[in-house]
Amino acid sequence: MPVSGVSYLPILIFLAVAILFPVVSLLLARVVRPSNYSRAKMDPYECGVETQGEPRQRYSIHYYVIAVLFVVFDVETIFLFPWAVKYRALGLFGFVEMLVFLAILVIGYLYAWKKGALEWV
Amino acid sequence: MGGVTYMTWVERRVAGIVQDRLGPNRVGPAGLLQPIADGIKFLFKEDVVPPHVYKPLYILAPALSFVPSLVGTAVIPFGDSLHLFGRDIALRVADLNVGILFIFAMSAMGVYGIALAGWSSNNKYSLMGGLRSSAQLISYELAMGLSVVGVLMAAGSLRLNEIVAAQGEFRWNLWYQPLGALVFLVAAFAETNRAPFDLPECESELVAGYHTEYSSMKFAMFMMAEYANMITASALMVTLFFGGWQVPGLGRLSLPPLAVSLVQVAAFLLKTGFFLFLYVWVRWTLPRFRFDQLMDLGWKALMPLAVLNIFWTSWAILSGWL
Repeated sequence: MPVSGVSYLPILIFLAVAILFPVVSLLLARVVRPSNYSRAKMDPYECGVETQGEPRQRYSIHYYVIAVLFVVFDVETIFLFPWAVKYRALGLFGFVEMLVFLAILVIGYLYAWKKGALEWV
Repeated sequence: MGGVTYMTWVERRVAGIVQDRLGPNRVGPAGLLQPIADGIKFLFKEDVVPPHVYKPLYILAPALSFVPSLVGTAVIPFGDSLHLFGRDIALRVADLNVGILFIFAMSAMGVYGIALAGWSSNNKYSLMGGLRSSAQLISYELAMGLSVVGVLMAAGSLRLNEIVAAQGEFRWNLWYQPLGALVFLVAAFAETNRAPFDLPECESELVAGYHTEYSSMKFAMFMMAEYANMITASALMVTLFFGGWQVPGLGRLSLPPLAVSLVQVAAFLLKTGFFLFLYVWVRWTLPRFRFDQLMDLGWKALMPLAVLNIFWTSWAILSGWL
């Protein structure tokens, strides 16, 4: 099958419709909806109690660690995809090659585990 | 032209499955018109935009979460091809050679919507919800990506229709890679932020998580995005592991081609419907995870299992068993 941009045309149409929907519905809602200002409605919503503290709080460093680990292992997954598609053609060579590749990554994974990067306190 | 026709069909299907609820039974026969009433109500609701939000991103976020979720459904093959009036109509909106990567790309886009919604709301619960959601989505995306590698090896293609075709009527990937199917199922639940992984919303601690400060149509968009994601995930589950539109033993019956196509589409919808039902079923059955349990499951259980599945599949293919 020839690879061309034509196969993306339906996606583009779909995308246009998908983008049009929020735009149209938001504009339509703007016309028909009521708008009653009230001071209480404008407070940050916290189940009715008075707002406590700042919204920008300090949060756990673990979110960053997880993000960094994600980048590392996601790139690994992306490397695996082309290999997986051509696996039958590669045969034993591909198997051994990927064994080495995965072994290196598993060592990294175990290191991260051992260092407590996966622990959530 | 066929694409546009089926696009509207898919749209209606998406809308139809969003109706999945038991409660409302007053609007129309058995409450069938309830979603329309809901939509109208959403449209007529006041849209409160509090002064403390960062407006550009606050408005962009729901759209950013809604648009990719809808576009992602476009590449799912819901049937082989329909032979009608002397022409073959492929039963999918778009047939990309990188179909599965496209779906992953679209589902990854959804993270931006949620993270930006949490951040731009300037509400501490929203921020917590957005952060949790981002961490959860990227963690389970890994397991999901790894669990799919086995399927790609078996099919030798990224094109979703070829993945289905490679499975044949009986050789569904489920039988050969039960581990991969399990990991994918769990990861799919987490990716769609559904119970028991609905920590981003987690109403008992975070009010409503990232969409606490949203109302009216913007809130509706988050909801629709969630349901559209569920449908994509269910359809993908069926496509990758449950033989897509394949029906065991259908080839032997020697039915006319049109009937075969219709039965295949029906089978696909039935299978997808089952997983959608499973979503709802699980939601009302299982309690929510704690966040550390969620992360442990994703990183320490699903990741190794997914890698194990890759080893198993590569060995099975190498030994000629698969």
